[in-house]
Amino acid sequence: MAEETNGSGQPNGNGNGNGKKGLATLIEKAVADGKALQKRALSEAEEYKDIQKTHLWKSVFRVKHDETPRSRSLSVLTNVFLHLHPSKINRDAVRYGFTWGMGGITFYLFIVLTFTGILLMYYYHPTKADAFRDILYLEHDVPFGKLLRNMHRWGAHLMVITVWLHMFRVFLTGSYKKPREFNWAVGVILMLFTLLLSFTGYLLPDDQLGFWAVTVGTNMARATPLLGTEGPLGPQLGMTPFNDVRFALLGGSIVDSNALLRAYIWHCIAIPFIVAIFLAVHFWRVRKDGGISGPAPVVLAGEVKELK
Amino acid sequence: MDWGQLWRITSTPDNVPIVALLFLIPFYTWYGLRQAFANDKLIEELEKNPEMTKTHHRKTLPWKPGWAQEVHVWPFLLRVEFLAAIIVTVILMVWSITLNAPLEEPSNPTLTMNPSKAPWYFLGLQEMLVYFDPWMAGVVLPSLIIVGMMAIPYFDTNPLGNGYYTYKQRKFAILTFCFGFLVLWISMIVIGTFIRGPGWVWFWPGQTWDHNIVVYQPNKDLPDFFGITNAWGKAVIGLAFLGGFGAVTGGAIHKWIMSDDFSKKVYQKMSLLQYATLQFFLITMMLLPVKMILRLTLNFKYILVTPWLNL
Ligand code: HEM
Repeated sequence: MAEETNGSGQPNGNGNGNGKKGLATLIEKAVADGKALQKRALSEAEEYKDIQKTHLWKSVFRVKHDETPRSRSLSVLTNVFLHLHPSKINRDAVRYGFTWGMGGITFYLFIVLTFTGILLMYYYHPTKADAFRDILYLEHDVPFGKLLRNMHRWGAHLMVITVWLHMFRVFLTGSYKKPREFNWAVGVILMLFTLLLSFTGYLLPDDQLGFWAVTVGTNMARATPLLGTEGPLGPQLGMTPFNDVRFALLGGSIVDSNALLRAYIWHCIAIPFIVAIFLAVHFWRVRKDGGISGPAPVVLAGEVKELK
Repeated sequence: MDWGQLWRITSTPDNVPIVALLFLIPFYTWYGLRQAFANDKLIEELEKNPEMTKTHHRKTLPWKPGWAQEVHVWPFLLRVEFLAAIIVTVILMVWSITLNAPLEEPSNPTLTMNPSKAPWYFLGLQEMLVYFDPWMAGVVLPSLIIVGMMAIPYFDTNPLGNGYYTYKQRKFAILTFCFGFLVLWISMIVIGTFIRGPGWVWFWPGQTWDHNIVVYQPNKDLPDFFGITNAWGKAVIGLAFLGGFGAVTGGAIHKWIMSDDFSKKVYQKMSLLQYATLQFFLITMMLLPVKMILRLTLNFKYILVTPWLNL
């Protein structure tokens, strides 16, 4: 080893002539090998330059990303996240003016809320002793905790607004008409659960705001006809504060630790699960009903047989 | 004029969505109706020139012969979605950096909040509590709203306006829906936010909230106007009033539908069940504004008074 690091090329030991010659060839060979290796590495690196031709890329994406119509279609159709889309759509349907993008934005907000919500869950205990303190901890000690909480809160508000606007545009474009009647009904359920999702989250910080909102809200459940203690015909059917719907909602007769746990489970598990299922149906039906409804060519009254 | 308080209400972080609604709802209403009116104009032109119907492509959007009907999702749709995602993320980030989510004192069952307001998207229901008992405002009406909305496609037999904005071809549907959504739902939220103060008392915007206000409102029920005290008498007059209200409202709606040739034709396509459902939901919807007016002008409380329920 020492000979090689000598640098001057002089043998620095007491080796004989034979050894000298052997060493020189050895070095030459090593240099040649090194060069060959370098060349190979460079040429292989050249291949990696086109990332789309790599083994890794091909194993992930399965199709070429060039500009042929076939590849463009396949890159959408063979991708699990994008296959909700068809490969081609009506050229006017991509215009913002028709859909206002509100369905898609609502869905995107649902994803953002799921993501920030999961992160929040790492810091939150649904117990009376911890809940409020966990929020303080999030706000003051957790890195970006405040931003996280704010994004979750404002994202939820925004989702309520966008879901209403989505519904409003679906109505204005008459998109609930044949064959999309059922998907409208699915949408109404989605809107209901969007509101409930927001509402169940309201109690979780266990502060005055949430506590009283939920108290007022669930007090109304007392008045449920037939099923509430104070509802019409409730008492006659044997409803008491300890067996009526309000009791079922709160897991007790007052808003306390059981209510907090129930709100938590509704909010973090049950309702997101239900929403996910209805979303799957909603998107599936958008596709099966022939894509979005328009912008369709206008139809004149005189052209519809049934109206003559 | 108490500008300070108005500003405090407007700038409360939890009220930001409502302030946003105040701009977004009018904007999108205008944005949708503008396209509706443009299409209506096109429809009118086409109806005048039957020749045009054969050649025109029937949209107000630009179109040239030879343009492909369809475009690839990648990139034409996906880039829009990607852009929308970025814009929404930026808005949400800026909003979250500049405004903090509210956190009040720890919950305390012995300390009531006044006013104790529902989250803003339920303020419409809370406002309805002023006009109806909880079983109605909190349970029956919300359920009917949900069921009624789900039923819309099943009783709207008008085949026109499917997939494009139009006002002319769907006047009845658009007007009734906008009345329900904009007037009865959105504006109730605005009232609940900007007008209702402590004790759920009506304070005009800018009027200082008086936390000690006691409003003397001698409520009157329908039978009181007639001096009826007998339980049977109360029930009978209540039911009679409700029946009368249903008949008058239903009749007015019917007349409105019949007043125009087109909606008359749509009506003739409806089955009895469809028409009855439509009427039921519209009459129920109209109960709210009627009770609001009676309440706000005459301190009117109940129409129907029985030992089990009041309406
Ligand atoms: C969580 C809530 C919801 C999500 C994420 C969602 C998502 C979507 C998306 C992405 C579309 C494709 C077109 C577009 O973006 O406008 C769509 C279409 C549709 N949505 Fe929703 N939606 C929701 C709630 C609703 C509600 C509340 C309604 C009605 C009451 C509704 C009724 C419909 C209908 C009828 C279509 C077909 C529209 C057409 O063909 O033009 N959806 N939805």
